[in-house]
Amino acid sequence: MLLEVKNLRAGYGPTQVLFGLDFAVAEGGVTALLGANGAGKTTTLRAVSGLIRPEGEVLLSGQRIAGLMTESIARLGVAHVPDGRGTFMELTVEENFRLGAYTRRDPDVAADFARMWEWFPRLKQRWRQQAGTLSGGEQQMLAIARALLLRPKLLLLDEPSFGLAPLIVQDIFAILRRIREESGVGILLVEQNANLALDLADHAYLLETGRIVMSGPAAEIRQDEAIRRSYLGY
Amino acid sequence: MEAFLLQLAAGIATGGIYASVALAIVMIYQATHHVNFAQGEMATLSTFIALTMIQAGLPYWVAFAGTLVVSFVMGALVERLIMRPVQHAPILTHVGVYIGMLLIIGNMTGWVFGYTIQMFPSPFEGGKPMLGGLFSSHQLGSVVVTLAVLILVYLFFTKTSLGLAMRAAAYNPRSARLVGIRVDVMLALGWGLAAAIGSVAGMMVAPIVFLDPNMMLGILLYAFAGALLGGIDNPPGAVMGGFLVGVLENLAGAYIVGTDLKLTVALVIIIGVLVLKPSGLFGRVVFTRV
Amino acid sequence: MNASPARFLLVVAGLAAALAPLWVLESFHLFQLTMAVIMSLAVLGLNIVTGYNGQISLGHGAFFAIGAYVTSILMAQADWSFYATLPFAAAICGMVGYAVGLPALRLGGLYLALVTFSLAVAVPQLLKHKALEAWTGGVQGLFLMKPDPPRWLTSVLPLNADQYMYLNVLIVSGICFLLAWNLIRGRIGRALMATRDHPTAAEAMGMDIAALKTGAFAVSAMITGVAGALSAVAVEFVAPDSFTFLLSITFFVGMVVGGVASILGSIFGGLFVLFVPNIAESISRAAPGVIYGMILIIFLFLLPEGFAGLVRRLLAKLSSPGNPQPK
Repeated sequence: MLLEVKNLRAGYGPTQVLFGLDFAVAEGGVTALLGANGAGKTTTLRAVSGLIRPEGEVLLSGQRIAGLMTESIARLGVAHVPDGRGTFMELTVEENFRLGAYTRRDPDVAADFARMWEWFPRLKQRWRQQAGTLSGGEQQMLAIARALLLRPKLLLLDEPSFGLAPLIVQDIFAILRRIREESGVGILLVEQNANLALDLADHAYLLETGRIVMSGPAAEIRQDEAIRRSYLGY
Repeated sequence: MEAFLLQLAAGIATGGIYASVALAIVMIYQATHHVNFAQGEMATLSTFIALTMIQAGLPYWVAFAGTLVVSFVMGALVERLIMRPVQHAPILTHVGVYIGMLLIIGNMTGWVFGYTIQMFPSPFEGGKPMLGGLFSSHQLGSVVVTLAVLILVYLFFTKTSLGLAMRAAAYNPRSARLVGIRVDVMLALGWGLAAAIGSVAGMMVAPIVFLDPNMMLGILLYAFAGALLGGIDNPPGAVMGGFLVGVLENLAGAYIVGTDLKLTVALVIIIGVLVLKPSGLFGRVVFTRV
Repeated sequence: MNASPARFLLVVAGLAAALAPLWVLESFHLFQLTMAVIMSLAVLGLNIVTGYNGQISLGHGAFFAIGAYVTSILMAQADWSFYATLPFAAAICGMVGYAVGLPALRLGGLYLALVTFSLAVAVPQLLKHKALEAWTGGVQGLFLMKPDPPRWLTSVLPLNADQYMYLNVLIVSGICFLLAWNLIRGRIGRALMATRDHPTAAEAMGMDIAALKTGAFAVSAMITGVAGALSAVAVEFVAPDSFTFLLSITFFVGMVVGGVASILGSIFGGLFVLFVPNIAESISRAAPGVIYGMILIIFLFLLPEGFAGLVRRLLAKLSSPGNPQPK
């Protein structure tokens, strides 16, 4: 297992948000975390990447990462595209790329840049532009590219479809499909758009007010009556 | 005409000093998004340390390098020990801490080194007046040093990974952590670098105005004016601003308000810039767009 | 603690404590206490614009100086009585404060701190300028005389000039504190703090932010200016070098240590800035400034809410030890 999480508890100050989550992401697999607003999905990602300090067990390829500093967890191969995309708005697209690859010392960085240019031609066009001037969709692509440039083992995505027009969202999810097929990166995907998420994922968990209420292969979850009514709209 | 040129030259020479202190201020801002009011005091302390080394018999440039190192360490320590605990506190607390440092460092310098005015040697001494008699050799030398430091800093921030990481850490610490940048280390480095640059400014100023614990206060004001004029997050702009302030100050002092009100000129510049164009003459444009 | 008899007793006790020095203290210490009250008033002024309204001013020494000089010039050059100069000094400082508040609208946080700091540094130079020398007395400054207590008072209560001065300072400061207290606990006080904490929300709710902020500056300048006027007469002397940037820093330190956004804090702050430098000197003859700076930083680390905050917490514990308190 790439990521194993056991009895995860986390919160903000006196407010507890997660009440003992158990979930996993397989090597090269895509796991979806579904749920309504306020269920704790974003908090879960933050607990994994270290932005907040969790209790419980978080194992990355068997190694304990709960309690480590964010930057250390990143260096171990966890790339987190946070809510709000986390782009360095005042810096250029080029600088954002360079920052994505900041921790890498291997010689393949140039090749990865080229690959990102191929996947996201628009980013190549806007190479020297300030990231803040990019459209929403382009910023999301930039955020994903930046995360991939880390050559991560695990990719955490917080609502990649958020605030984007449907056509752009399709593009983004096509990219995510490419990531799943062409790189070996494991993905933990948080999405409110259950349709898209279940389409892409192998495995899914449903989060409700800080607890996992349902889990299983994505195909099964898709067929479930309750899920269809509440989250898929039919 | 010749008098005018002399004033202009003097303005450029003093402007060079303001420019280097402005650079130190902007460096801290780049790395931390804070303005350190105690910058001047730290620079003065560094200069005294340099003097001690020189008086102990070290050759000038060895003492120069040694001072850079000591100042760097001082700055990093200040960040770790004093700024780190109040990292998340409101601005008011930060301002209070800067003032506390101003009082501590300023008074400590006086206590340890005494208040008598001292001479500070220049490495450029003994040359003939240059550029048609407009500049003394030291003035020219210090301008060159300032420009050299500027170029190095500019290259550092734009071309190197570390410089990029420092800027990123200041703009967006959370995202910086997410790409693996050790933000805490970046902050300490930023302060260290700024202290080192400040010490260069101090060592260039001291031969001209002579060294005493209160050396930097007026200079700090002009440096702030220069940094704001050029744009607080823009090193080349800040340097240009520093030169501009030097020239304006001298010309205004000579032709408009008289030497008594030169400090007021700085004040007017600061207010004028912040009211009319808060991002400075050169704003952030130079760095992030090509 | 909110019961009326308790409050009444507190007020009486406070009055007694304030008046007692008249009989208890001899000239020099009474003078020090007089200056402490003046400092408290000045810190109160700063608190209005910086503590309650969040606009950081490191230049309040300038308003103090203006108040001092207006009073001095009117008394020394135009032979006005001390009392007549006070409203005048207040009005002029208020106008200057308003004038400073206007460009301040465009600045925030550190930038405003920087500008006001520059103001503080530039003040002595401005005061020494030759063009104003005829009025200000230039570098040598102006000499004044404390007013003598009027006959009708001394027939009832024998007071010398120093004691009379203390009484005056107490009354004027008392009035200012009362006015400030009234302002703060009312609608305007809440508006000031709302603007400080949530400017966008405040604006969305229809508050006239510009008027509030410039008004805060004006009132703040007025109060500190009055303190300056009082100090000029208490010291019987004004000179440009009495008003360096260190004065502005002193007010700032007093506000932070005493307790930001607190009336009580202003009083603590005034006492602190007057007496602690002496203590610092007794700790270290050679480097009192260092001790002073260290005390400031220690306060910022450990007691960011100042003395007043500490008192508040103690009182909360005493009054209802078991009750949960909302933050």
